[in-house]
Amino acid sequence: MEPQLQGQVIRQLFFLIGATSVNSILLRKDLCSCRKGMLSSPHQNTPRHREILCFLVEMAAQPSDTLATLKTESETLKTKLEEERAKLHDVELHQVAEKIEALGQFVMKTRRALKGHGNKVLCLDWCKDKRRIVSSSQDGKVIVWDAFTTNKEHAVTMPCTWVMACAYAPSGCAVACGGLDNKCSVYPLSLDKNENLAAKKKSVAMHTNYLSACCFTNSDMQILTSSGDGTCALWDVESGQMLQSFHGHAADVLCLDLAPSETGNTFVSGGCDKKSCVWDMRTGQCVQSFETHESDINSVRYYPSGDAFASGSDDATCRLYDLRADREVAIYSKESIIFGASSVDFSLSGRLLFGGYNDYTINVWDVLKGTRVSILFGHENRVSTLRVSPDGTAFCSGSWDHTLRIWA
Amino acid sequence: MARDMSDNDILKMELEQLQKEVKNTREPVSKTAKEICEWVEAQAAEDPLIKGVPEDKNPFKEKGGCIIT
Repeated sequence: MEPQLQGQVIRQLFFLIGATSVNSILLRKDLCSCRKGMLSSPHQNTPRHREILCFLVEMAAQPSDTLATLKTESETLKTKLEEERAKLHDVELHQVAEKIEALGQFVMKTRRALKGHGNKVLCLDWCKDKRRIVSSSQDGKVIVWDAFTTNKEHAVTMPCTWVMACAYAPSGCAVACGGLDNKCSVYPLSLDKNENLAAKKKSVAMHTNYLSACCFTNSDMQILTSSGDGTCALWDVESGQMLQSFHGHAADVLCLDLAPSETGNTFVSGGCDKKSCVWDMRTGQCVQSFETHESDINSVRYYPSGDAFASGSDDATCRLYDLRADREVAIYSKESIIFGASSVDFSLSGRLLFGGYNDYTINVWDVLKGTRVSILFGHENRVSTLRVSPDGTAFCSGSWDHTLRIWA
Repeated sequence: MARDMSDNDILKMELEQLQKEVKNTREPVSKTAKEICEWVEAQAAEDPLIKGVPEDKNPFKEKGGCIIT
């Protein structure tokens, strides 16, 4: 039995015993002049007795009232929300996509393998120049690679382990990273390879728990972060000040993604509470939320048009949510896939969805038809992160097998 | 912070959020799904991972010789 329920039962029993004791006391001749107790004769109860009885009953009822009422109200609203959404669910995405030509056979191979990390690769990001990649790993190393030549251009050692988040600045002149140190730090990249990057480090974000994801907004000046403390926040890089904070998740926030610049100031986040939320960056309000996954959401990615987003979760499915229809419109799953999806990304046109899974594979899904078009093998441990290059010519996956692979 | 909030507070937060969301405007899936499909079809012609890139233009493809990966 739930501890809260146990608490309620004990409280109720206590007050019942209390009420009956008071009743018995009132019935004793030497203590009280009335011949009949409160509970035995409702017609004869005096105001004083009524007050005492009411007080006891109220005390017994109060704690359970708040929690239970809130829960029932919450459930009713959730059902109402589902009904409203269901009214507009007149057709399935794959039905609308039936007339579209099926995709041909895909031949995607590992074209480059980036080796150099000493431990699990946890996160990666492409530079806007479509050539450089920054990646971070469990041993605290953050490395900037040239993907064409596989050379390492920069390497920084963070003072903490498990660097779970890293991001390239839009200008290509800095990288941001963070993890178990609860902070997000920005390192300006210098052209001088011998310079110690750690010396120029700037601490920007401070959370009360681990940093799970970070992302620069459209400029080098602002960073969006998400944390294990359940919040997301927008920071000014120069001053380190928090510009906006986003509260709404009931558990750790694991991932976030910024809307494509044409569609405005929103971002989506996903967390351990199985919810994904869309936020307005200016007001700090959650605009829409979706709770259809059955387990932690590890990765969220906006659709290239900005009207939808996909999420990958530990429940072994990836799902597509349409923001204008305000509902989930597709589930990408197969009975044979039982391991969680750790990372998802779309191809340039949004026709393909790439998902990196904990069973060491990458599944490629046809977004519109809902079918799997290809499965890619190569990694020797779980795929932890996956990003398509800015011009869509290739995608890079990072894994717990210490390597990154570029597929094209 | 979610970890410091009591169950009551978390429920209240969720309740307020739900009350706001019920009032959102929504469009039928038939309309939005169609628009997504049209957008994809328009872009798919330019998607290098779908249409493929000629060997000599793609920086990631090898130009021949032995490849040890």
